[in-house]
Amino acid sequence: MSVHKHGDAGPGCAGSCCLKVTDLGVNFGSEEILHDVSFHLHCGEIVALIGPNGAGKSSLFRTILGQIPHTGTIEFQRAGGDKTRPLIGYVPQSPSFDRGDPVSVFDFFSAAIHRWPVFLPAPKKLRERVKTCLARVHGDALMDKRMGALSGGELQRVLLALALEPLPHILVLDEPLSGVDIDGEKQLLDMLDEIRTNYDLSILLSTHDFATLDQYADKVLLLKHQILKVGTPAEVLSSPEFQAVFHLDLGKGGRR
Amino acid sequence: MEWWYSLVELLPFEWAAPGSMYFMKNALLAVLVISPLFGLLSTMVVTNRMSFFSDALGHSAFTGIAIGTLCGFADPMWMAVLLAAVFALLFTYVRRRSHMASDTVIGVFSSTAVALGIFIATLDGGSFTKFNSLLIGDILSVEPEKIGLLAVILLVVILLWLAAFNGLMLSSIHPALADSRGIRVFWQEAVFSMAIAVVVTVSMTWVGLLVINSLLVLPAAAGRNLARNMRQFHLFSILAAVVAGIAGLMTSFHISSSAGASITLYLALWFALTFLFRQSRAS
Repeated sequence: MSVHKHGDAGPGCAGSCCLKVTDLGVNFGSEEILHDVSFHLHCGEIVALIGPNGAGKSSLFRTILGQIPHTGTIEFQRAGGDKTRPLIGYVPQSPSFDRGDPVSVFDFFSAAIHRWPVFLPAPKKLRERVKTCLARVHGDALMDKRMGALSGGELQRVLLALALEPLPHILVLDEPLSGVDIDGEKQLLDMLDEIRTNYDLSILLSTHDFATLDQYADKVLLLKHQILKVGTPAEVLSSPEFQAVFHLDLGKGGRR
Repeated sequence: MEWWYSLVELLPFEWAAPGSMYFMKNALLAVLVISPLFGLLSTMVVTNRMSFFSDALGHSAFTGIAIGTLCGFADPMWMAVLLAAVFALLFTYVRRRSHMASDTVIGVFSSTAVALGIFIATLDGGSFTKFNSLLIGDILSVEPEKIGLLAVILLVVILLWLAAFNGLMLSSIHPALADSRGIRVFWQEAVFSMAIAVVVTVSMTWVGLLVINSLLVLPAAAGRNLARNMRQFHLFSILAAVVAGIAGLMTSFHISSSAGASITLYLALWFALTFLFRQSRAS
């Protein structure tokens, strides 16, 4: 595998701002999902997005991916002042596979990265390429397993490997830690750190796991339809806004 | 067709004898074209959980024929093809645009289509009996030029499969992920739905509206019990459709049953066997 260096074929933004979201708003019909959302995502940074269910985390991701119409601006800045749309690697919330679905990891992966029809015997080169991609997340042994037979952590690694091919400028992960056990979580977080240092790309992820935030996140965004608090993990977790959002919700749940 | 007749004459069956039973020889060729077609489409119907949808398409095809007959077309099939294609497009649009559960959307469309079909067919005290043949189907009535048409459709579907299957599969697994990789999810689904619409409508006359959906569901449903990847899935699905197609036709010839129903029963039996196999492997 070739090593992508800063500014070469790989992504590079030389410390400049990679993603700048200003006054973003999203409405579904009359329902306001997001409003006045502004934040920056810098190069090589891991930013964690937290917030209660229904706060608009997935909608924010899909808006950044260009799948949902919005107000406000999303600007991308790349090396050399290039402002064209960068490649965004997207790791969706774990799709559900039936245990019996006849889709192997290779089928899924090759269908996404190549035009060769997956119902025909695969050329050797394509198998090699998929294997190389999976090896990036130490998942090359999973290639002929069925998607439905993977554990939560294995599925996330396969999805991550897919998001890294082709190598994106920004990596967006929607709740990568849900449905993943403790070992899998540690492995996944180490891998994200490795990816960040190796490829110098920006990572934006959403999570409900606050305990591990300070181990990897450079910055935390607290979102509930708007950005309530931005800061280091320690700052956000100790803020009154965080207490208000989560304690209030817990209180409501407790009284039921 | 001469090449086919002389080829069939090599078979050791009484109906294969030279100069006789051309309807049976035509039917065999038609089955050999239709069954891989359904086997192929079946894989995506099952993967994309669209078996109820393909059933509804059959209903809309009937409505198309009723409208075509009303308008006095000599061959109302083209009207039906057009209507089924429009129906498929409309359905894909509504499914993407509304937050209604997909089976509810299909239920609404399907019942409306059937009601409209019956309404038109029985307008002015018209009798429904002339449509009975569509419900059961008769493969023995297939004409050589229609086999040619089916062969062209088979070719088009194979080309579609080669060009679009990857995108289709990814769209059915995760639309947002597919979209993030530059796949136009809506058009993928729309084109696939229209392909089913055309195939169902064109083959309805020979297979029979009441059993046509089983051909779109059973081959892949059984294949899914055995397959571990997409290659095996397609292989099993197409093989099951072809073998059941030939067996069903032979059975119907010998005991004078409906060919469509016989084929379906063979597929159902095959499904039951694969299901048991899967259960035994799981435990």
